[in-house]
Amino acid sequence: MILLRVTGVSKAFGGLRAVRRVSFDLAEGEMLGLIGPNGAGKTTLFHLVSGFLRPDEGIVTYAGESLVGLRPHDVCQRGMVRTFQIARPFLRLTVLENVVVGALERVAHRREAVAIAEEMLELTGLADRAGSMGHSLTLPDRKRLELARALATRPRVLLLDEVMAGLNPTETGRLIDLIRAIHGRGITILLIEHVMKAVMALSQRILVLNYGEVIAQGSPEEVVRDPKVIEAYLGEDSAGAEAGAKE
Amino acid sequence: MLRLGLGTAAAVALLVLPFWVPSAWQNLLITTFYYAYLGQAWNILGGYAGQLSLGHAAFFAIGAYTSAILATQYAISPWLGMFAGAALAAILSLGIGYLGFRFGLRGFYFILLTLAVAEICRLIALHLPLLGGYTGLFINYTPNPWQFQFQGKIPYYFIALGFLAAGSGIVWLIQRSKLGAYLVAIREDEDASEALGVDTFRYKMIAYALSASLTALGGTFYAYYQYYLQPNTVLHINHSVDIMIRPIVGGAGTILGPVLGSFLLELLGEFSRTYFAGGMAGLSVVIYGVLLIIVVLFLPRGVYPTLAHLMRRRRPGRAA
Repeated sequence: MILLRVTGVSKAFGGLRAVRRVSFDLAEGEMLGLIGPNGAGKTTLFHLVSGFLRPDEGIVTYAGESLVGLRPHDVCQRGMVRTFQIARPFLRLTVLENVVVGALERVAHRREAVAIAEEMLELTGLADRAGSMGHSLTLPDRKRLELARALATRPRVLLLDEVMAGLNPTETGRLIDLIRAIHGRGITILLIEHVMKAVMALSQRILVLNYGEVIAQGSPEEVVRDPKVIEAYLGEDSAGAEAGAKE
Repeated sequence: MLRLGLGTAAAVALLVLPFWVPSAWQNLLITTFYYAYLGQAWNILGGYAGQLSLGHAAFFAIGAYTSAILATQYAISPWLGMFAGAALAAILSLGIGYLGFRFGLRGFYFILLTLAVAEICRLIALHLPLLGGYTGLFINYTPNPWQFQFQGKIPYYFIALGFLAAGSGIVWLIQRSKLGAYLVAIREDEDASEALGVDTFRYKMIAYALSASLTALGGTFYAYYQYYLQPNTVLHINHSVDIMIRPIVGGAGTILGPVLGSFLLELLGEFSRTYFAGGMAGLSVVIYGVLLIIVVLFLPRGVYPTLAHLMRRRRPGRAA
């Protein structure tokens, strides 16, 4: 079943056409990677899908229903939640309170919300930080908190915007395991990622964006051999990326 | 157990206090409670939801004038009229909120909008014969509890205390509810809240309407404590500042902040008036201002959060 369908979506900022007639499908249970050089329009595409921006043209449907004109909280309420590229914890709230806010999307009472939040902190490995303030978290923990908060809204689709950015290889490895575990719970995932190791390890299918357009899509192995992708993004010396794929 | 004991002792003290202190002190306590209540009302929008309003005098005046006019012209008891005032204030707040929040005004721009609306209200009131214009509106004194009019200060003391207790109770309930969690999330990061399913527009509107209507109820109390309403007093920007300064000094977004802030500022004002008045004109106001600056400089999050932090540090073994 197609959960998210993007058809001919465009967005311009003044003269800059950030996203040009992009179309793709996301099937239920899939893990789709979105890659491309800086400025390719990946985050803009996320904004368009999650309700933060309204497309100039084109249609976004979720489970058959059009999302155009809906605000982000409507999109979240329907079951699709996003994280931010730069983690945005509520700095002066505890880690638990941060996640409670997400959980209240599905339950009306704090007590139930706290139970859900604790479960999500357990899942993301933040249980021992529950009482810490948002501002005291390290970068890897902030990324985990983004995930925990988003998961607490009980999504069917998770949109991850560069969760690996700024992490060292060990931390990246751990987060890859966590995202696999989340996917294993039946959650559909669309992830923007620059860290090729993570993209190759996680994605079942990859979509490549350049100058706002889809220049390639397919399995990870196909995409890394695609000359257009190599030219635009991976660079001539893409042996590293392929090596990463085999890891 | 200790907290329960302290609470009971404080409650008993508050109940017998007005019978023991001189009249000037009764007045001081009434003002303290009453501004703490107004601060609590402001706190819902400003402290919890993080939407700073510099125009709460408008809601206050709507409450004061509505109940006064209904009583003097239509013989409706202020005990009922106060709710009409609260409803009108809520309607105005929803109008301002719709304009401000729908078009995404944040920070300074929202502050300016609230200030502008209050100023417009002041100018309207100055030129409206019904409200007494420049002369102001006098309320005849007829000691009748049903008309919200009492002999002596003690009844006002208990009404002000009741207002404060009820207002604090409402804030306490908000703090423990979904509404409270959402308001705080909006204050911390509006976009992140939206992404997590918070209808930020709706919740800001709720906070605004609640805050405005509670402020209007306080206006009725003022009208029947002073028996005189003048636009350049009740609708002046100074009055909006008076309403917001106590929760800010005491600790915005905390339930004890407005109470602590009100006590501190009232004592500070009294202290500077007693010891520095009579000499140079205005010296007491300067001293008040300097002390205020010191508080804000050294305790930028307010007195209560700083105190609470120190208390936690002094209790070893409880640090996580």
